[in-house]
Amino acid sequence: MDLHLSHVSHRYGGVEVLDDVDFTVAQGHIVCIIGPSGCGKSTLLRLIGGLEKPSAGAVLQLGEPPADSRNPLTYIFQDFALLPWRTVRGNVSLVLEDHVLDQGARAAIIDDVLRRTKLSEFGDAFPRQLSGGMKQRVAIARALSVNPACLLMDEPLSALDSQTRELLMDDLIELWSREPFTACYVTHNLGEAVRLGHKVIVLSRRPGRIREVVDIDLPLAGRSAERASLEALQERLWRLMREEALAADQELADA
Amino acid sequence: MPEGPVPQARSVAFRGGGFAPRPVGIVGPIVFVTLLLLWELGSRTGWISALILPAPSAALGALEDLYRSGLLFKHLGASLERLVLGWCLGTLAGIGVGISAGLFSLARAGVVPLVSAIFPIPKIALLPLFIIWFGIGEASKVATIFFGVFFPTVIAVTGGIDNVDRGLVRMGQSFGLRWSSVVRKIILPGALPAILSGFRITASIAIILLVAAEMIGAEFGVGAYILMAGNLMATDQLIAGVAILSALGLGVGWLIGRAERFLLRWRG
Repeated sequence: MDLHLSHVSHRYGGVEVLDDVDFTVAQGHIVCIIGPSGCGKSTLLRLIGGLEKPSAGAVLQLGEPPADSRNPLTYIFQDFALLPWRTVRGNVSLVLEDHVLDQGARAAIIDDVLRRTKLSEFGDAFPRQLSGGMKQRVAIARALSVNPACLLMDEPLSALDSQTRELLMDDLIELWSREPFTACYVTHNLGEAVRLGHKVIVLSRRPGRIREVVDIDLPLAGRSAERASLEALQERLWRLMREEALAADQELADA
Repeated sequence: MPEGPVPQARSVAFRGGGFAPRPVGIVGPIVFVTLLLLWELGSRTGWISALILPAPSAALGALEDLYRSGLLFKHLGASLERLVLGWCLGTLAGIGVGISAGLFSLARAGVVPLVSAIFPIPKIALLPLFIIWFGIGEASKVATIFFGVFFPTVIAVTGGIDNVDRGLVRMGQSFGLRWSSVVRKIILPGALPAILSGFRITASIAIILLVAAEMIGAEFGVGAYILMAGNLMATDQLIAGVAILSALGLGVGWLIGRAERFLLRWRG
């Protein structure tokens, strides 16, 4: 299943947030969306997953999601959004409980996703006992448990320190290499974008328009070895964004 | 660095710390016992007249008499029955109305102004009205407690639901959870801490109203016992009655504390 954003525009009251955004997320690819703060990146993601309705244009699913997908468009949030009163297993179980599954099948799915995210030993821990990186891994496990056709990741690593971020990025690449998933990855971190993206979409400051689409052809798994070309890419993206970021920084929030 | 005399070394003055009260378990009982001992001593030496304030031992004696006569459990039983019935009904109704006000705009628009208007009325002032409506018997006493408990519960539940992290609700919706699942598994557990602290307040209100209600036309009950003692100037019995109320309050508080520790154990 591909996702196509067809001339999507959005406004909050009188404020234009997104203007004529149009791109496609191809199956098995990770599309990174970057832009200065307040450019509507997160709004765009909420539109894609149906948590908000665009003022104009449409978000289209091209083709059917796989039959075993229990929640085709699945989010991973910046603040993890784990229920503090449920254990790690309980948090994963939450999103399976509304589907027809017998006890054994549900437990098997939970075991499987916890193993894939290296959390098998922590099934009975409560979120407050976990580090930020572990909490985000729980959120990733929860997302994987519903077999998403497309992951919608809203700055998933931004609440973590830089070392944890590196580790988790490696985990994501490993997960993708074993079983390529489709993802829309919103971030303000150019390093993450060039490490994880097959395609990087650069948005302008508000109202967000597509400034540039950069395709990165290097295979994900080998990228950490290609530091030089990644840095050149990152430099190029930064040159694209610098002016916008500067202008966005000096805007008044409610002007 | 410029040449010159070696600067004198001084350690930096400590100015942090404090503002972090920690539990000191033994102090509470010591203060309590010391006060009782001083009181007893004052009474024994005649420094405190028995007419003004009976000695703790006298109050204890009154309590013993009450126990021997078998009336203690009759009074306590009658009071507990009213308390439990009134509190439970008020809490159930309050939770129901609070949840609908917390979830539905229409219910909120109707309920919140009404609650704001009626909550501040001392329910004791309405007691004569309740007696006319529900008769002099048990019903008017239970109703007093019911209304006293109902309104603060509505406020606690509505406020608790308002404070549930909307990010968690969006998460639930983004995974396609049913509406009932979002309410049952995200909103209600999220509001539970606020609901439980509401219980502490409503339990105290219930005890206060219980005594007030029992002072009007009740044969048995701790409030009736205290009223009778007061009318007879039997201050030792009065103090004994007050001690029972205090114990009742402590017991209820302990129960709620246990419930909190069990239901909110995820908070660690």
